[in-house]
Amino acid sequence: MALAALWYLATIPLGLISPGRFPSPIDVWVAFRQAAFTGYANGLLYQHILYSLRLVIFGFFVAAATGVPLGLLMGWSRRAEALINPVFLFIRPIPPLAWIPLTILWLGIGDAAKIVVIWFAAFVPSVINTLTGVRAVESYVIEAARMLGTPRYRFFKEVLIPAAAPAIFTGLRLSLQASWTTLVAAELVGALYGVGRILNVAQQDIYPGMIFVGMACVAAFGWAMTRLLAACEMRSLPWIQTSRVYS
Amino acid sequence: MTGGSPYRLTRAETLAYSATGTLLFLGAWTLLSLSGVIPRQFLPPPYEVAARFIQLLSTPFAGATLLQHLASSVMRFAYGFLLGAAVGIPLGLLMGWFRILDEIVSPIFDALRFIAPIAWVAFAALWFGTGIGGPLLIIFAGAFPPCLISTYRGARFVSRPLIEAAQMLGTSDLQIIFEILLPASIASIVAGLRVAAGLAWQSLIGAELIVASTGVGFMMVQAQLNISTPTVMSAMVAIGLVGALIDVGLRRIEAAVRRRGFV
Repeated sequence: MALAALWYLATIPLGLISPGRFPSPIDVWVAFRQAAFTGYANGLLYQHILYSLRLVIFGFFVAAATGVPLGLLMGWSRRAEALINPVFLFIRPIPPLAWIPLTILWLGIGDAAKIVVIWFAAFVPSVINTLTGVRAVESYVIEAARMLGTPRYRFFKEVLIPAAAPAIFTGLRLSLQASWTTLVAAELVGALYGVGRILNVAQQDIYPGMIFVGMACVAAFGWAMTRLLAACEMRSLPWIQTSRVYS
Repeated sequence: MTGGSPYRLTRAETLAYSATGTLLFLGAWTLLSLSGVIPRQFLPPPYEVAARFIQLLSTPFAGATLLQHLASSVMRFAYGFLLGAAVGIPLGLLMGWFRILDEIVSPIFDALRFIAPIAWVAFAALWFGTGIGGPLLIIFAGAFPPCLISTYRGARFVSRPLIEAAQMLGTSDLQIIFEILLPASIASIVAGLRVAAGLAWQSLIGAELIVASTGVGFMMVQAQLNISTPTVMSAMVAIGLVGALIDVGLRRIEAAVRRRGFV
């Protein structure tokens, strides 16, 4: 609250910060109304947000659906790990944002390019954390399951995945954050809709109020998605909580 | 369970599998490109990328050679990263010691933390232009939060008896911060620096894609506009190499700090 009051004071009555540099609360409100009701950068605010969210969720699920199984496979079989690791080591240090020009070259600035970039961003953390999680499973658990002749399918479903689940969730959280950051960047570089597109157009129009609205959207949805995943984690891993409470 | 041995492979086996993996990858890449399934212009074979990489070391593209572009990127990175550390570490220590500061800064910080560094690009361009200042803010936005968080955590988890003993002996606030909190949280700080460096390098590339007229990121955008896939891929390799080098350097420092036994 104090911060909001300070913001108001510094921008309007005192004129400490020029409105051309940083927007006053009123500028932001005007920009928000414009984006929400009359539209900005090819669409209404909710359309941009839905568009970005759809891409991020789709890209994230594709990455998780490929990354987690690959991590499980690499964790379970040393051979698979040795086979795949060199390629992985080669690709891993390239930051996701560095894939943007290549995907634009390959697929243009449409949805497919965004999803590929998100996949590159979100895939790596999923694989690494799943792999680490599987490796951290106590070997006596694995040996016990083996000795009892657990079928392979049930071994994965009932032993390996639950035991590695906390690490898998850590990976998913990192993946989700990377997905969002990367999508915003990809939309800033080239897009027709989306939150990043709002930022890009606002920058070109030198419209500080709208820049603020765009950044607030980026922050709010980044936060909301992280919270949502944390809630999923709590629901699907009740045993972790109890152990946390007692430890 | 066949094939799925959790037991270690011998070194020779690992080497054989790794070599097979690499060859399969390069082979599939070459095949895809030469067979024309994907037009060669968009997926050049690996050796073409390698040749282009070597050529770019001496031939300028978009106003400078690859090395010159890399040099200006690394300079920007260094400034932004050092600035992030120079603000983040002291602030983290102070927040770890003075409760009032913690109460004031934490809410602001929590609100800003969820803004992706790259989203600062619009304000960065507006406030500081597209030369050194604009990209610097974005790199700073990437490097600052991990520096602050890891220092703060390190400082908060210093054992109470240690601090209480110092207080009882009449140590001043400043002395406690520099002679107890700082050395005790050094491991956490260095770990934070590594995270910060990774984020800063990545944010820098993003910043250069959008607002810059030098640097590897800028070079990639130019290559993309010229539909020169080998150049884009060479730049990606260079970015990956430098990123890996930075990480290896900081890992070494981390290991050295651990060995000196500050913890």
